Amino acid sequence: MAAIELRGVVKRFGPITAVDGLDLDVPEGICLGLLGPNGAGKSTTMRLLTGQALPDAGELRALGHDLPGDSKAARAEMGVVPQLDNLDVDVTVEENLAIFARLYRVPDVGAAVDKALDLARLRERRGAAVDELSGGMRRRLLLARGLIHEPKLVLLDEPTVGLDPQIRTQLWTLIDGLRSRGTTILMSTHYIEEAERLADEVAVMANGRVISRGRPVELIREHAGRETAEIYAPPQRLAEARAIAEADGLRVRPAGPAIAIVGSERAGNGAVPDEAVRRAASLEDVFVLLTGEEAE
Amino acid sequence: MNGDNPKARLHRLEPAAIGGVMSRELANFRTYWRGTTFSSVLEPIVYLLAFGLGLSATLVDEVAGVPYVQYVGTGMVATAVIFSSALPAMFGTFVKHRFQNTYDAILAAPVDVEELVSAEMLWIGVRASIYGCVPLLVTIGFGLDPMPGMLLTPLFCFATALGFAGFGVAMAATVAKIDQFNYVTALFVTPLFLVSGAFFPIDQLPQGVQVVAQLNPLHQLVELVRGGAFGFEAVDLLRFAGLVAFALVMWRIAVSRMYKRLID
Repeated sequence: MAAIELRGVVKRFGPITAVDGLDLDVPEGICLGLLGPNGAGKSTTMRLLTGQALPDAGELRALGHDLPGDSKAARAEMGVVPQLDNLDVDVTVEENLAIFARLYRVPDVGAAVDKALDLARLRERRGAAVDELSGGMRRRLLLARGLIHEPKLVLLDEPTVGLDPQIRTQLWTLIDGLRSRGTTILMSTHYIEEAERLADEVAVMANGRVISRGRPVELIREHAGRETAEIYAPPQRLAEARAIAEADGLRVRPAGPAIAIVGSERAGNGAVPDEAVRRAASLEDVFVLLTGEEAE
Repeated sequence: MNGDNPKARLHRLEPAAIGGVMSRELANFRTYWRGTTFSSVLEPIVYLLAFGLGLSATLVDEVAGVPYVQYVGTGMVATAVIFSSALPAMFGTFVKHRFQNTYDAILAAPVDVEELVSAEMLWIGVRASIYGCVPLLVTIGFGLDPMPGMLLTPLFCFATALGFAGFGVAMAATVAKIDQFNYVTALFVTPLFLVSGAFFPIDQLPQGVQVVAQLNPLHQLVELVRGGAFGFEAVDLLRFAGLVAFALVMWRIAVSRMYKRLID
């Protein structure tokens, strides 16, 4: 059974169609990365799954429960880690966890809180107010709060957005631990590296629908080939190099101050200039080619 | 869910969900109760000194056979209730929804909007029923004789506060910006407590205003509190029924408004 099944889901906000005929299956036990630029419909999809948004069309099921009708039962079995920090800042770490243990009807609140404190490595700070925690500790607490009831399915909405690399790595370790225990994870992100590091499969979203899906290596092979050549040069030289590569049938994308010639292993003689830096094709190449957006 | 079957247990208005939300309020309240309690005790003392002793010493000795200090003191229960229910409900709900994203977190758990609103209203009702009694206790310190009927004051305050909490939640779900609460306060809250009969008898007001005042839940609360202090009348049963009806109507309006606000 799939943990999540979406069929033809549509969600509109006035004239804007945030989710546009979305089909998505998430098999049990995998981590699916929902990768897309801002406005692709990732967060709306998450809200549809928690019953906080109602679909205009389509069918949704989570953990065997029809949504939104049976959303409360589905939410009892899923954990949600939001994009925005919504902890109670004046309340202690321990109480933040205990409140959610009660909301999730956990029978032994004390034991669940202890376990979550260990997971977040916050046992020593259990009596501290959230306001006193560092940014990294708060994100770990937010994650532990979403896992307080040992959910079968975890929705991670941009779990590391806005965090510095060190904190991001700490969280990746926690999420990776969750994945290795067999918990189903749906993780929205617009960080390529996050999707590459954590996701068994990646679904690239744009304009409210999935435009490509597969394991990261499969997506790279399918859309970007083996190799990408990056050229760093003044704008005029970049324009010339782009024109030559495109005339050779190669796909070229912007890469910050440079351009990247994707699939450069297929280039004819002279299509890729000698000064180009050749590297293995990446998920970032796929993302930019598919969505037209610069990656983060 | 630790092996339990959630389908078997999840219904409307579950005590576990309501209790869980209220436990969050209690945990937060523990961090700020001192300030709230200090102001709720000091305020009636200041009012009684200013209005009660000040006016009774110069202009008004008694109203309807009751010393003015005691008249104002019993009336101030109503002002304590509206200020500890409607205002916290308005501002608290707005801040939790718009600035703290608290409701997003709660609604991601197995809690629905009806349970969330009910819990918020119940919490405010309990709190206001306690703070509502403070002016009465202060007035006893100013010479009001304790009466058995006063034991019903928390119940009267609770019913009234539920209604005004619902009103506050509904307003929070309606306004677009926090500044717009100024309109709500000026148009509803202030007039309601001024024509509640807390500071002067409404039977001295123009006939039209008297009719409107009868529809004012705060006026009914004032009459019930004075009934507890100076003797109940048969009509007080009707007054209490009116407060219960007010609470029920505001509850449904608050749930409906919040549903529209919280669920896209």
